[in-house]
Amino acid sequence: MADQVRPEEFFQERYGVSAGALERVLGSALARHADDGDLYFEFCTTEALSLEEGQVKKANKDVSQGVGVRVVAGEKTGYAYTDDVTLTTLESAARTAGHIASGGGSEQAVAVRSSRPERDLYALPASALETPLPTKIALLEAVDKAARAADPRIKNVFASLAIEEKLVMIATADGRLVSDVQPLARLNVTCIAEDENGRQQGTYGGGGRQAFSFFLDGDRHLRFAREAARQAVLNLDAVDAPAGETTVVLGPGWPGILLHEAIGHGLEGDFNRKGTSAFASLLGQRVASELCTVIDDGTIPNRRGSLNVDDEGTPTSRTVLIEKGILRGYMQDRLNARLMGVAPTGNGRRESYASAPMPRMTNTFMLAGDSAPEDILRSVDRGIYAVSFGGGQVDITSGKFVFSASEAYLIEHGKVTRPVKGATLIGNGPDVLTRISMVGHDLQLDEGIGTCGKNGQSVPVGVGLPTIRIDGLTVGGTRA
Amino acid sequence: MESTLAAVLDRAARAGAVAADAVMVESSAFAAGVRLGEIEKLTDARERRIGLRVFVGSSSAIAATADLSPAGLERFAADTVGLARVTAADPVAGLPERAALATDRPDLDLWDEAATAPNPDDALAKARTAEGAALAVDPRLSNSEGAEFSQDASTIAYASSLGFAGSYRRSSFHLGVEPVATADGGMQRDFWYARSRHLAALEDPAAIGKRAAARTLRRLGARRVKTQEAPVIFESTVAVSLLGHLAGAVTGQSLYRGTSFLLGRLGDTIASPLMTVVDDGRLARGHGSRPFDAEGLPTRRNVVVDQGVLRSYLLDSYSARRLDLTSTGNAARSIGDAPSASPTNFYLEAGAHTPEEIIASVERGLLVTELIGFGVNPVTGDYSRGAAGLWIEHGEVVHPVEEITIAGNLLDMFRDIEMVGNDLEFRGAMAAPTLKIRTLTIAGV
Repeated sequence: MADQVRPEEFFQERYGVSAGALERVLGSALARHADDGDLYFEFCTTEALSLEEGQVKKANKDVSQGVGVRVVAGEKTGYAYTDDVTLTTLESAARTAGHIASGGGSEQAVAVRSSRPERDLYALPASALETPLPTKIALLEAVDKAARAADPRIKNVFASLAIEEKLVMIATADGRLVSDVQPLARLNVTCIAEDENGRQQGTYGGGGRQAFSFFLDGDRHLRFAREAARQAVLNLDAVDAPAGETTVVLGPGWPGILLHEAIGHGLEGDFNRKGTSAFASLLGQRVASELCTVIDDGTIPNRRGSLNVDDEGTPTSRTVLIEKGILRGYMQDRLNARLMGVAPTGNGRRESYASAPMPRMTNTFMLAGDSAPEDILRSVDRGIYAVSFGGGQVDITSGKFVFSASEAYLIEHGKVTRPVKGATLIGNGPDVLTRISMVGHDLQLDEGIGTCGKNGQSVPVGVGLPTIRIDGLTVGGTRA
Repeated sequence: MESTLAAVLDRAARAGAVAADAVMVESSAFAAGVRLGEIEKLTDARERRIGLRVFVGSSSAIAATADLSPAGLERFAADTVGLARVTAADPVAGLPERAALATDRPDLDLWDEAATAPNPDDALAKARTAEGAALAVDPRLSNSEGAEFSQDASTIAYASSLGFAGSYRRSSFHLGVEPVATADGGMQRDFWYARSRHLAALEDPAAIGKRAAARTLRRLGARRVKTQEAPVIFESTVAVSLLGHLAGAVTGQSLYRGTSFLLGRLGDTIASPLMTVVDDGRLARGHGSRPFDAEGLPTRRNVVVDQGVLRSYLLDSYSARRLDLTSTGNAARSIGDAPSASPTNFYLEAGAHTPEEIIASVERGLLVTELIGFGVNPVTGDYSRGAAGLWIEHGEVVHPVEEITIAGNLLDMFRDIEMVGNDLEFRGAMAAPTLKIRTLTIAGV
């Protein structure tokens, strides 16, 4: 391991906030009748390079820092944050946040003991921030060349490399001082293809909590470039997508966004505690065919959605959401776990110090089944085979969700035939997984591109899926 | 703030920048949320950040920081200059022409002092009143995602090595409520909100609650419809999203990059003659108003689409040079990013018809009240999104609809606008009245 940054020392040195001061501030925040609370310190460095027209003309560096003070009493949350971190602003934030709790009480320091996460899911040989800029620029230039070389119809290439390193330190009401260094890197490629009929774009990318060398391993960066180019060119020949309900086969990997939208959000603790999720009160009931076992796992090494500890200091875990079709569990943060009388699952996440945590997904995927992917395709007389998607969204209360295909094909008589234009697929969360009639043995996790938005907060997530067959999903094409 | 900006520009120059500009934002925010009548959340925030862009030769770099100590700024300026030394030269890059800089500082009435002094009791009362009014409308409104009142105050300062220095203040107040209704085993949510630059101008909380209740109740009992082609009315709340797609297609960066379906269409008829779209950066109290843009150029009124003809793009200096045009005063920038073109107050001018008249004109079709998902291809204009709304038969709403998609192509959709409502109302920087599109593909069962 390279020189390891020690967040505790870093924060103490930078802000001059000693362990004793932390204990007093936490005590002041929790002085009234509080049930829980924490101090969340963050120092985040982001570096982004972007290439267009063959050159890296744009470079950004962003250093953000701040602290969020949270006090929880019953269902109430008081939250104060500032990016001007001094003992004075901390004390003021603690008092502000503490107002949420009622009643008097004495200010007693909360003793905190340091604990390092028990494991390191992203111990890297070197921080990607340390890789010299010319090396990174050369990578983007190689991506550009590979994409252009892939097909003469590629007219423009946009490539970007974004690297983030987040130092966090969390002091919790139950006396733990947890710190973590969270790296994150992502390479994105978009190609514009043009022929006499028009223009199209293709996008591909990936990353994770990885070192820079990840992108060079097996020429991963060039593969991303060729994939983006292939998708752009392919879409030039796409025909109109059909409209209406049809059989849909989803390819492995990123199409796992189905799980994220159809059931993932609906199984977050907050919506279920409040009874506003379409899945509220379905625990123990059948919500999927018995071929389906769905997991949320924040402990997979180096994945984009993984964390040593969540943003409340709870170690992340592997949570079985659906087991052989039966709804088994929700994803919880501390507040909702306490109110629902269950254990937190390490899913309390926040975008930054400027946001209170809430239950969020980490890496959400379906376990492999035993069908061969080619048998699944062969079983379909008429339908759609979708292998790549843009974003998705869900109305957790009605349960209706969408996700938009960016690479899809017609299936005719068991064969994959023509590419179709992008189309949105819509379904009903509590119902869609009951229509899964075949599950492939080819589980794949996505390449590491997912970002999930909830209540205005974005966090990195992962998804995964084997090839599956869904007997009836509405495809939003234009060919009625 | 202006002295901090001057200091950072000076340090950048000494580190070797031939030109530079910097933006600084100081803001405070407060929010109070209630759910089922009880306090759920109180948030209080303070932030202060600075963003710097430097040019070394014709190479540039951008950086942002919250560390405003003298030593921090020194290092920050030097690091940014260092970053610029490794990027490729771009002869088109640079600050705007000095002669184009704004010389006036119009008072656009964007500031209410109340924004700096949150009143938690009043905020909670407003949120409680809004939620209470919503839930009182009907016993089927038995649950809630809560109501939230929020306010923020910010000062934005900008300075450049051309000698420009200016600042302005903006305040914003917001109240929203999201009730949940249950009937016959089905559950629905919807919301309503108000937003204003002045606290006293914020709509009555009870009225917001009642409107949220009505929007939620009308979704109960929603069902699917058959796959078909039919006329589609976009309620004003969702018509705004079509303007968003238009805005994306007329901003400079999407044009010079070739990612816009409106590439090369300036001067062409791209929409129905009923469609006139304006971008006006100087609307009094506007949510997108600013006295000067993110490069110090005066904001102004640009007619983007005039009775169906594409008259103007929205440009910053860089995209304007790339396209051989001049900036339209639309530069915007987030603290850590380079300026790029962005709409200000962007709206579709009102038409002649009431929303009721538009509904009455449809023999059999859909009124869309909510859209979900991201199924819009900016390069081709291909459009496919998840929808919920109300079904119309013989000019009357007959039942709510859900789990359907609507699909078409934005160019066809703009061309096929048959009626435009008179209900233009600003609840954000973009606004559109109700509009009717001749036909779209609806996918259902």
